Amino acid sequence: MLLEILSPVAAQGLMQWAWLLIAIPGGMAALLLIAGKVTNRFGHWLATAAPIASFILALIFFIDLLSRSVEARTVSVHLYNWITAGAWEINVGILLDPLSIVFVLLITGVGSLIHIYSIGYMAHDPNRRRFFAYLNLFVAAMLLLVLADNYLVLFVGWEGVGLASYLLISFWQEKPSAAAAGKKAFIVNRVGDMGLLTASFTLLAMFSSTAFVDVSTGADKLTTGWATFLGFMLLLAACGKSAQVPLQSWLLDAMEGPTPVSALIHAATMVTAGVYLVVRSGAIFEQTPSAQLAVVIVGTVTLLAGAWIGCAKDDIKKVLAGSTMSQIGYMMLAAGIGPAGYAFAIFHLLTHGFFKANMFLGAGSVMHAMDDDVNMRHYGALRKLLPITFITFAMGYLAIIGFPMFAGFYSKDHIIEAAFHAQPAMGVLALIGAGVTAFYMTRLMMMTFFGEKRWREGVHPHESPVVMWVPLVILAIGSLIGGMALNGWIGHWLEPIGAEVSGHPSWLPHITTIGIITMVVVALGVALAWYLFSKKPVPDEAQEKVSILTTAGRQDLFGDTVNEYLIIKPASALSRGIAFMDEKGVTPAVEGSGRFVQLIGDKVRLIQNGYVRTYGLTMVVGAVLIGVALVLSRLV
Amino acid sequence: MMLTLFEFIPPSLDYLLLAPFLVVLGTACLGILVEAFVPRKPRFIVQLVLAVLGLIMALVLIVWNWGSPNLADPWSDVIISGTVMIDGPTMAFWALLFGFGLLAIILFAERNLHAGATSFTSSAASVPGSNAETEAADAGLVHTEVFPLAIFALSGAGLLVAANDLLVLFIGLEILSLPLYVMVGLARHRRVVSQEASLKYFLLGAMASAILLFGVAFLFGHTGSFDYAALSRGVTFSFGDSLLLAGIALIGVGLLFKIGAVPFHSWVPDVYQGAPTPVTAFMSVCTKTAAVAAFLRLFYAGLGGMRLTWQPVLAGVAILTILVGSIIAINQMDIKRVLAYSAVSHAGFILVPLVGAATLTSGMMPGTASSVASIMFYLVAYGFAALGAFAIVTLVRSQGREVTDLAAWAGIGKRDPVIAVIFLIFLLSMAGIPLTAGFVGKYIAFVAAWQGGYWWLAMAGVLGAIIAVYIYVRVVQIMFFKDPDGPTATITQAGPATWIVMILCVIGTVAFGIVPGPLLDLLQSVSTFILPAGS
Repeated sequence: MLLEILSPVAAQGLMQWAWLLIAIPGGMAALLLIAGKVTNRFGHWLATAAPIASFILALIFFIDLLSRSVEARTVSVHLYNWITAGAWEINVGILLDPLSIVFVLLITGVGSLIHIYSIGYMAHDPNRRRFFAYLNLFVAAMLLLVLADNYLVLFVGWEGVGLASYLLISFWQEKPSAAAAGKKAFIVNRVGDMGLLTASFTLLAMFSSTAFVDVSTGADKLTTGWATFLGFMLLLAACGKSAQVPLQSWLLDAMEGPTPVSALIHAATMVTAGVYLVVRSGAIFEQTPSAQLAVVIVGTVTLLAGAWIGCAKDDIKKVLAGSTMSQIGYMMLAAGIGPAGYAFAIFHLLTHGFFKANMFLGAGSVMHAMDDDVNMRHYGALRKLLPITFITFAMGYLAIIGFPMFAGFYSKDHIIEAAFHAQPAMGVLALIGAGVTAFYMTRLMMMTFFGEKRWREGVHPHESPVVMWVPLVILAIGSLIGGMALNGWIGHWLEPIGAEVSGHPSWLPHITTIGIITMVVVALGVALAWYLFSKKPVPDEAQEKVSILTTAGRQDLFGDTVNEYLIIKPASALSRGIAFMDEKGVTPAVEGSGRFVQLIGDKVRLIQNGYVRTYGLTMVVGAVLIGVALVLSRLV
Repeated sequence: MMLTLFEFIPPSLDYLLLAPFLVVLGTACLGILVEAFVPRKPRFIVQLVLAVLGLIMALVLIVWNWGSPNLADPWSDVIISGTVMIDGPTMAFWALLFGFGLLAIILFAERNLHAGATSFTSSAASVPGSNAETEAADAGLVHTEVFPLAIFALSGAGLLVAANDLLVLFIGLEILSLPLYVMVGLARHRRVVSQEASLKYFLLGAMASAILLFGVAFLFGHTGSFDYAALSRGVTFSFGDSLLLAGIALIGVGLLFKIGAVPFHSWVPDVYQGAPTPVTAFMSVCTKTAAVAAFLRLFYAGLGGMRLTWQPVLAGVAILTILVGSIIAINQMDIKRVLAYSAVSHAGFILVPLVGAATLTSGMMPGTASSVASIMFYLVAYGFAALGAFAIVTLVRSQGREVTDLAAWAGIGKRDPVIAVIFLIFLLSMAGIPLTAGFVGKYIAFVAAWQGGYWWLAMAGVLGAIIAVYIYVRVVQIMFFKDPDGPTATITQAGPATWIVMILCVIGTVAFGIVPGPLLDLLQSVSTFILPAGS
């Protein structure tokens, strides 16, 4: 099937200033980092104003786009010519279209709330200004990623968010575990980056351009072989950024960062970049069923693996991280299905942005109350003391398990249904995933907010300050009504980027057989967790003797062990080998040539003896040589 | 019917086009009068002002003439009966010469470093170490003659770059050289070394001039004319032209001597070391520029027909020059000798695009620099870096005397980071590190050679550049990372003259490294040699 590609219209009026979206937080990050201590006292306010300003601007653009006809909703803003080399011309430009604008709204909207929350959360951190500067840097890079109009500029944003993520994960760099987690995230991401770079080079070679427009229009001319290659490279990139199997191992460790970071980067925005990339590259995946199938498989495997890990963890943030992996697995699954799934992938991405940020910030609020303890076995019965946190968290909980009328209910059910239609086997697995999700999220709720007090001594839980709970409330409202509000609209909105929607969905739930089965499975999961964690007391210490399944889950499904044996050991053997070669072979050769040159220098210097007669003789000999050389050059 | 044997055609003189040169020559002559008639006390300042004003006026006139229609029109070139050619390259090289000359002359005027005296001896005529010398120093005498001498040298250089006739070429070369022989011997300290350098330079220079003159004679013998126009007509690829070959060889040697190419470079380290440092700065830039310009015009406009013969030979000389200059510089323990050998290697790098010039305009693709433009740019980059570096050498002192021993330079980076960092910028530019003008210069030089078909020369140049980096890295290492053992030198507070030069050189080095485009376009627009008319 051939996608209808809308050629972008040039920006007019205010739209020409779309670069401000990126420039405001980017400039603010630079200001805070360069001005240094001077801005210590008020830097966080400035930093919070930046994404809010971008959000307002994005809202204006969004309303502008809404008021246009469908054909005019793809707007390009040419900024400048970046590289001109031979026939290649790489421009830096912004592409505002229905897809990018919803991302911009999500990033700046949720980002603003998280900035506000961080004012409270980081109030006593000595490096608060630096933290906010990094947050702004992240927002700027993420906006560049989604607004770029070609793959190379996207790559700049892609690397920018990688850098910001690294800086923020290891923000508390004095903790060795945080420093290591930052490095791990960065290095694992590099593997994915290699895929994106390879894909960009291939696109340059194929199309002499990396612009989305050129790639979309020319994609049907690709041979299947190249399309498959490109598809797999883009999938590799997406796996790295979105923590999909087999590049998932960094996300759990990334929870070492401050909780707002986990909410902003590792739940709501950055980890969805892979989904964005796959949807954006839809034209390429259209040409290659095998790469599409690979995306579906990766998504399904990850959604199950994440759910599995979520069941076994006691660390509240790691449960949420496993759940993030799992939910992004759903999005990948939808994106892999093709045009029929794009709208659902993005829909779920948006609702997930709300409810997962909501829950991460809620977890932060709980940790705030519990003196930064993350072990759920030390929680319990917190619903009375943290009423706001509890209520808002409950909204997120109901949204993620897919309780009727809540956000996840709409978005996740669509994906499960679409999966059944496309690949029944995947549909069954996605259904099981939904049940497991309900199980581990209920477990989290029970262990945290219900049951007995299992607090450590000296912990006096208290509700968080107002700057922290206001964002929670707003996000909770999003978790509640986000699905209803978007359900009837998002599919048609995304049609210009190739999404296919059948029928006219409305805010009313559309009851189908699969929908009913899903609800039954979810109810079973909830019931089982309720039985296990509410009826029986929760042990204070994690039991040692557990089934192999639990052990595997606690060990992140042995992801690190696999990496250790498959990559790290061979790599360090190789590096030792190269180091040996370098020490015994290259170094002596280089040093030897240096000494050789010095030796020549010493010998040649003897001619420079200071006697005019020698110099004169040299000249004469030189003149003769030149003459002879001239004659020889005639003969040759 | 009368047969006119000798018809006198009055030479056409476009005074406006000639004006920059005439102003410089006039300034030099005025300088002599000032020397004779102005009282001793104000003489120094009068000479300085006169020299600076004269050069600035010349530069203004160059700018004035820049857009002159005559420069672009190849048929209005007959100036002084075709013996002098005022075309785009002449204007550009004049601008280079007079601009850098001006900076060097400002360096001459630095008096803060010697307790109120210049770098020049009080009495050149006195025997070193004699009572006469001490008396002259005590009396506070100064040799203000350096100003008119330098201006005379500059006017000779100006004539050299415009020369369109073998005899004018020779005259220009001599006017350039003779004042330099004197200036080299005027050092205030280490006068014996200075005088030895002066004598060496004179003897070898005289020999080179003789060789060049020999070449001129051979060429005249082959073509029957001194005129480049006649030369270019008479030079064709044919056998039985041994006179022509000998002429090319000998005249080439004479000019390569001035450029400082191997194997005619022996004088460079000795003379650069012995000369007063400001004079070294002057020579390292202005002499090289003038000689390269003269070489370009003679070998392309005059001897372009023999290109296929002399280009490979010159390529060999270029490689040899780069290698010998770089390799010997590595072992030097005297900063002035390091810079001298580095100047030799730079001469080699300049020869690279010179060889690669395929045609007069070099038929480049739009947006790429022609050989001539890249040579000009290289000279600009080198000029800023070399002048600035020598300016800083004058500052490093111990007990009032310049310390050029590198061992004493150890740890200067810690003692005076500002000056050391400025020096670092010049060194990086000479090494050709990106974001400095030197990088752009080397890059376009190699590109020009590559496009001219000499890809192997460009490759050799790149390899040589890698070796050459070692020279500068070594100095940087000594300055910043080595702890001093033994006597150390300190950096004397520079006066405004040295500061002006240093700051301008830093600006030039960095600015043209970051945005080389405008300058390149400008040079590109004046890079076409005009062939003499009437052929």
